[in-house]
Amino acid sequence: MDKIDITQLSLSTKDKERIKTTNALIGRLLEERLLVLDGAMGTMIQRHKLTEDDFRKNWFENHEASLKGNNDLLSLTRPDIIKEIHSQYFEAGADICETNTFSGTTIAQADYHLEDFVDDINYYSANLAREIADEFTAKEPGKPRFVAGSIGPTNRTASISPDVNDPGYRAITFDELVVAYKQQALGLIYGGADLLLVETVFDTLNAKAALYAIDVVYEELGVELPIMVSGTITDASGRTLTGQTTESFLISMSHMPLISIGLNCALGASDLRQYLQVLDKKAPFYVSAHPNAGLPNEFGAYDETPEIMGEQIKEYLEEGLVNIIGGCCGTTPEHIKVIADLAKVYNPRTRKENV
Amino acid sequence: MSNLHNLPPLKLSGLEPLIVNEAANFINIGERTNVTGSRKFLRLIQEENYEEALSVALEQVEGGAQIIDVNMDEGMLDGVEAMTKFLNLIASEPDIARVPIMVDSSKWEIIVAGLKCIQGKGVVNSISLKEGEENFIYQAKTIKRFGAAVIVMAFDENGQADSYERRVEICKRSYDILVEKVKFPPQDIIFDPNIFPVATGMEEHNNNALDFFRATKWIRENLPGAHVSGGVSNVSFSFRGNNSVREAMHSAFLYHGIQHGMDMGIVNPSMLEVYDDIDKELLTYVEDVLLNRRPDATERLLDFAETVKGDGKKKEKDLSWRETTVEKRLEHALVKGIVEFIEEDTEECRQKFDRPIQVIEGPLMDGMNVVGDLFGSGKMFLPQVVKSARVMKKAVAYLLPYIEAEKDGVQSAAGKVLMATVKGDVHDIGKNIVGVVLGCNNYDVIDLGVMVSAEKIIETAIKENVDVIGLSGLITPSLDEMVTVAKEMQRADLKIPLMIGGATTSRVHTAVKIEENYQNDQTVHVLDASRSVTVVESLLGQRKADYVANVKAEYKKLRDHHAKNRGRKTYLPLTQAQANKMNISWKAEDVYTPKQLGVHHFEDYSLEELVDFIDWTPFFQTWELAGPFPRILEDEIVGEAATKLYEDARAMLKQIVDEKWLQAKAVFGLFPANTVGDDIEIYKDETRSEVLAVQHTLRQQLKKSANADNLALSDFVAPKESGLEDYIGAFVVTTGIGIDERVKAFEADHDDYNSIMLKALADRLAEAFAEKLHQDVRREHWGYAANESLDNEALIKEKYQGIRPAPGYPACPDHTEKETLFELLNATELTGVSLTESLAMLPTASVSGWYFAHPQAKYFGVGKITEEQVQSIADRKGKSFEEMEKWLRPNLS
Repeated sequence: MDKIDITQLSLSTKDKERIKTTNALIGRLLEERLLVLDGAMGTMIQRHKLTEDDFRKNWFENHEASLKGNNDLLSLTRPDIIKEIHSQYFEAGADICETNTFSGTTIAQADYHLEDFVDDINYYSANLAREIADEFTAKEPGKPRFVAGSIGPTNRTASISPDVNDPGYRAITFDELVVAYKQQALGLIYGGADLLLVETVFDTLNAKAALYAIDVVYEELGVELPIMVSGTITDASGRTLTGQTTESFLISMSHMPLISIGLNCALGASDLRQYLQVLDKKAPFYVSAHPNAGLPNEFGAYDETPEIMGEQIKEYLEEGLVNIIGGCCGTTPEHIKVIADLAKVYNPRTRKENV
Repeated sequence: MSNLHNLPPLKLSGLEPLIVNEAANFINIGERTNVTGSRKFLRLIQEENYEEALSVALEQVEGGAQIIDVNMDEGMLDGVEAMTKFLNLIASEPDIARVPIMVDSSKWEIIVAGLKCIQGKGVVNSISLKEGEENFIYQAKTIKRFGAAVIVMAFDENGQADSYERRVEICKRSYDILVEKVKFPPQDIIFDPNIFPVATGMEEHNNNALDFFRATKWIRENLPGAHVSGGVSNVSFSFRGNNSVREAMHSAFLYHGIQHGMDMGIVNPSMLEVYDDIDKELLTYVEDVLLNRRPDATERLLDFAETVKGDGKKKEKDLSWRETTVEKRLEHALVKGIVEFIEEDTEECRQKFDRPIQVIEGPLMDGMNVVGDLFGSGKMFLPQVVKSARVMKKAVAYLLPYIEAEKDGVQSAAGKVLMATVKGDVHDIGKNIVGVVLGCNNYDVIDLGVMVSAEKIIETAIKENVDVIGLSGLITPSLDEMVTVAKEMQRADLKIPLMIGGATTSRVHTAVKIEENYQNDQTVHVLDASRSVTVVESLLGQRKADYVANVKAEYKKLRDHHAKNRGRKTYLPLTQAQANKMNISWKAEDVYTPKQLGVHHFEDYSLEELVDFIDWTPFFQTWELAGPFPRILEDEIVGEAATKLYEDARAMLKQIVDEKWLQAKAVFGLFPANTVGDDIEIYKDETRSEVLAVQHTLRQQLKKSANADNLALSDFVAPKESGLEDYIGAFVVTTGIGIDERVKAFEADHDDYNSIMLKALADRLAEAFAEKLHQDVRREHWGYAANESLDNEALIKEKYQGIRPAPGYPACPDHTEKETLFELLNATELTGVSLTESLAMLPTASVSGWYFAHPQAKYFGVGKITEEQVQSIADRKGKSFEEMEKWLRPNLS
């Protein structure tokens, strides 16, 4: 793998055609059935007990800062592991895998002084996921597999001051976020993503900047990939970190023609249910959920077994709350297997118009 | 309506959702966090008192506002920064942030700045087709990208919609563009089809409310999903000051508006009567007007309105205050500025006390202290204080003979202040106001008047043993004269503080140029009359040392900053600046031969014709009431004071016109002219062989960004080498002939209020005259804009072709050009306006200037120039460098 120069890339007519066909195909499939999203990336990486060297291999041998824990780099330094994880989730029955790019922005990578490698992270992460997805689709054409480019929240908030004594201060501006998100979206699209997933939204203003950036990129490229947005309800108050209720979050994200809106992370499946009910009732889009495997225990690990989580997910499906279902922190291919098996036997939620 | 077309409702969000559907009935938009509508909020933002500003927002939300409108459109504010800061702070206040934000601005960059701060779905207020379709589409598309709803004004390239048909036409066109071209969600479109005043007495306004209602109904029936909003208080504009009628009008308007489909609006809840509680008779009259039900509806409502005021009781003079003690009555008269009973009350009081002086020291001073406190806490405003002073002066004048009879001149003034407008300057309104305010606060004010030399100031200061000197001036040469006074004070070894005030003075100038020339005591710049008391108190009080230390430190900082900034700016050599002049491509069709060349003058122009040309906003500024007219009359804080002042002004204006207090004289001339270098040659006749005069223009020298020109007025006249025969005009107008005797009469009557009022009005009339004459010249005498038709607002905004820059102002800061201009027009003889040694015009209510007609002519500021250009101007004028340096010092870099 060589360092890429994003300015040299462009979309061929064939690429654009593929994006268009895939977009239509995803729309059609969501009419027909529940789609399954993959599970946690971090949890699976932990299983490999990697060392600092794994995070440096071939790319960052002499980098000054410690890189261990910067999981997105593994797409470059240990692509074998990331490919294996994607394969395991597809094997378990996932329709959509998420790229290993949760922190693939200049803002998040600034902590490691790796802003210059953001294009590589996004491009190669999407690229290798594309390779695995195509492999599985080729093997089983009746169950096409898709790549969702994961766009995380960054580690800064546009709506909250990090300094309690200066509430008017902001560590990041809307404009800076737009620049960073544009770069990420472009890398993911060139790398071969089928959808973009703006996820773990704890500050709606960050997500608005992401949608703004995506819209600009789409206009520049002349393509439109389906956009999924997934927010995070941080605690039992039922609000996002920046204080919005689920419905407010939905309203604040509704100006773009999303393919789906949903919730992920922070809470386990059962705790998420009441907020999914709000989205089910009010959202004019498809609804997604990828909860954690319960809440973290005292060691920071998630220990809900696939069976326990499956029981809770089953309730969603019986109620017809969602169209896309998967897992977040603590979930594994075993969890996704249970979820995928359930998804086969339930009907998807009926999308509501004009609500 | 929306469900008929199967559209979702308008959904907005802060931290919590706001769904605008039929169940919501009517959405109330809070309007107090708007600097253009709330003087209090403006002050808080200007003072960066964001904590208090947030409490204004919180009160709104707690008071039931479902959306809060935030507006930072004020010339003195950095709107982008203020909007960003305030919205960021709101984001940290969950009790406020729970409601959606309406980002309100007429400036696009402020709207965008606001949108970048709100995580919820807000509303943009507003966009329109005013600047054409392309701009409209661009803005709408951007707003959509930010995920906000939008208010669309019924405004297009041809102006604001003022009839039913125009409202429908513009709203339909806007809607179609938004929905079809921008793909804007129809339910996110909110129309503001313009609420205009009714019962104005003008027949064409009779349908204003009805047209709004009908247009609202049409919009709701024909533009699926769209909403209708508006600012309700506008409708009752004719009834300012009569709140019971206004409240009835607002609620009746809302009642009918909602019936017709209006579902959002800006309403002040405290100015709203419950519809069912409106007096039935009043309601009939109000609805007759709103619905234009009968031709005499306006007269009937006006007649009825005369009979109701306050809580709807019959209007009569409330004299209940006469029933209290004489001390209380004096206090009331002082606070309310009532002179009617002052002599009888003073007499009653005099008999009650042992000595007449005790009346002053006792009840009168107590009353003035109340006035001072109210003024200090922002509950009284300058015009009211000046009226209080009038009452005080009358009372003191009444007592004076008794005091003198006692042969006891003992006074206990808080201090003695010497005030003067410096040599060469004749402007004294501001100085007089400061004198009145200080007088109100028990200072003994010695006012030396205008054009006072340094010698006289110092001599009087020593003789009268004054405690502080206050210098005032309006024109730029006065800045230099103040430096002279400061130096002379140092030489005479005076040891008292010096105060500097007046329109061209500034803290920076005081710090950089004056303070260091007078080391014996402190020099302080005083921003306006309301600060003068605090400054004098600090300078004469016990804590003077602390205060002076603070001022010294502050001025040192200003000097350092100034020195640092000076180095940062780059000035071009004059030749380079000239090379970067505005390159007008001279075409014959842009040059107009005047219909009436030569000099013309008016001996007695009709004042009546000038009244409609008055720009009132600066009038209120004179009285330290800030805010654009006519909205200032509505202002929650100063509205009442402003309305009263306006009524008094209109009454005096009527007297001025009817009784011919003033004479309006003018002279103007139109001449062949061409540019040679940076000079404009003005020729005697069309042969262009004899040069009558040369106008020497100054050129901007600050290094500009790419594409910006280094301007000089000469750029706007065709150069000689172009071969085109161009022209220039010049004028002098005055409305100050006859003012002196009137002012003296008021002063003899201890009536500063009316004396200041008259001067302020004369100034306004002179400006109005300049505006009117310019229009006459454009339309008739020069005739290049024969078809121009603009209303007064458009005139004030200078929307016409051509400019009339005045010597001494930013485009031609060289005052000596006035000599050229006056000579050219023989102005002193023809108008009676003369020039002082500092080249101020006397009478002060005068305006002079040049006329330029080219379509690309525009106002600009010359800014700082280098010594090189001073030398060049001196050479061209045949004057010494030192002399020109003296005149141009404020412009020297």
